[in-house]
Amino acid sequence: MLSLTHYLILGAILFSIGVAGIFLNRKNLIVLLMSIELMLLAVNINFVAFSHYMHNIAGQVFVFFILTVAAAESAIGLAILVAMFRNLRTIHVDDLDNLKG
Amino acid sequence: MNFDVSNLNIGLATAEIFVAIMVLAVMLVTAFARETARGLGYALAQLTLIVAAFITLFTLNTEASSAFGGMFVSDLPGGILKLVVYFSMMLALLYGRDYLADRKLDRPEFYLLALLTTLGMMVLITANHLLVVYVGLEMMSLSLYALVAFDRDSARSTEAGMKYFVLGALASGLLLYGMSMIYGATGGALELSAINKVAAEGTADKNILLFGLVFLVAGIAFKLGTVPFHMWVPDVYQGSPTAVTLILSSAPKLAAFAMALRLLVVGLSGSPELSGLAAHWQNMLLFVAAASIILGNIAALKQTNIKRMLAYSGISHMGFMLLGLLSGATGNFSGAEGSIIAGTPEAKELVTMAYSSAMFYAIAYVLMSLAAFGMVVLLSNKGFEAENIEDFKGLNSRNPWFALLMLFVMFSMAGIPFFVGFFAKLAVLKAVIQAGFLWIAVIAVLMSVIGAFYYLRIVKLMYFDESTAPCPISVSGEMQVLLSVNAVAIALLGLMPDKLLSLCKQAMETMLPLAS
Repeated sequence: MLSLTHYLILGAILFSIGVAGIFLNRKNLIVLLMSIELMLLAVNINFVAFSHYMHNIAGQVFVFFILTVAAAESAIGLAILVAMFRNLRTIHVDDLDNLKG
Repeated sequence: MNFDVSNLNIGLATAEIFVAIMVLAVMLVTAFARETARGLGYALAQLTLIVAAFITLFTLNTEASSAFGGMFVSDLPGGILKLVVYFSMMLALLYGRDYLADRKLDRPEFYLLALLTTLGMMVLITANHLLVVYVGLEMMSLSLYALVAFDRDSARSTEAGMKYFVLGALASGLLLYGMSMIYGATGGALELSAINKVAAEGTADKNILLFGLVFLVAGIAFKLGTVPFHMWVPDVYQGSPTAVTLILSSAPKLAAFAMALRLLVVGLSGSPELSGLAAHWQNMLLFVAAASIILGNIAALKQTNIKRMLAYSGISHMGFMLLGLLSGATGNFSGAEGSIIAGTPEAKELVTMAYSSAMFYAIAYVLMSLAAFGMVVLLSNKGFEAENIEDFKGLNSRNPWFALLMLFVMFSMAGIPFFVGFFAKLAVLKAVIQAGFLWIAVIAVLMSVIGAFYYLRIVKLMYFDESTAPCPISVSGEMQVLLSVNAVAIALLGLMPDKLLSLCKQAMETMLPLAS
């Protein structure tokens, strides 16, 4: 039988993968956007798990909001990515080095 | 939680609803009247801010009242912070107008995004529920990401936008993860006062609650731009168009302060007697504040770009602001007058003083930062970015009045007496010493002395060096007038800080019953 802890551990693992993806990924900005999405989905798993095991519906409502905002967030992220690609002709993370000091 | 229309109290959110409608109106108007409407977006945005300010002013009440079933709270600190947000957005839009027009960036979308980010800040300031905090925060941040990348043909602007976006999304993720943990630990509480109640009773699983708290503090530290989540600040300030840096460095700081106040003080302080939780976030903020003050001031020393320098100075200022916030946390004080235990009237008085000093610091910083970046905008003109500190060389011989105003701003930021920055620092340091953290006050003062170097360097360049870039100052008359008013206000508020300080104090007094 799956307990709340199992879901929380799954959420924690996914969240860590997302955070690690942001920090370790040196190649591709699209992978970075995917990592961000993974973090938000891990949070959703947490909310749904808590909501289910505590019989409190508010957590699932929260998830709807997170999903919506995440969609808007990726739209803006991709838009900035396209604008950046037109200027720099690259989406490598390492090439983002115009601003330093 | 039964649904009842009379509980909605929709009238309290009039200002927010008005701004939301105006956002839609601006969107429609600019979609249909594109070419002829260069100034229309600007005019509508200013009009919206002015009307919203009047609405907020007239609905301002000293007693806190909630709407939308407790999700939304209308109180005095929220009202004052919202008024300062409108005011700083008005100034930022006005200062940036010529700059944007010179660079063909004054498209109506700019003002649309500026209004949207204002709406996000308003929602964030009045939030009393984790969901509302999240939605407000994202509304503010998403518009800011787009604003930073607004100069879409510039490699630097889009790169800054990308960096801000990635790190901002990471921070939102951390904040959300913390929220989910708090939701779980408190057994389904999302409303801030309900969370506080559970936290004070001590029935919640303390480990999970603390786990969530760490993530919340990380998210707040990021939005304030404090160490160790400060990496984005200099890059984003430098890369974005200066008109956007003006916005970024002012109003969002107030919103982030309000978020810290709501989440930590209202939501997670526990009861004054059982101050375990508050002591934990006090310790975290102590580290954040000390690190910000040290790193911000030292890193600013070697900057040659004024926007980067002001970014690092902003990091240290936010550290100072946190000092005020953290010293009220536990309600226990051990100053020179002996130790005062939480819950007593004396302690309550000191707690109000501590929080109001943080609020005063935030407002003072916004004023100073607006004037400083306004000055950078003033010196830039068509095809020329006054980005380097060198560009301030010999400003006195070119325009003595603006050199004097810049001197006011720099003196105030350095914390030289009889400017508003001095009283802000004084109030914060007083609070932190009363709370018994003498060591951090010593660090803060030492670092202010180091920080005075790079502020005074600009004064030296303005007055004692020969001008190398003799470009005339060519901005509109109203910007010159308002920038003058802004900088003179810094000097005048320094001469009579009591009014603003007592207003902040009164605001915090009305808020504290909610917290305890």
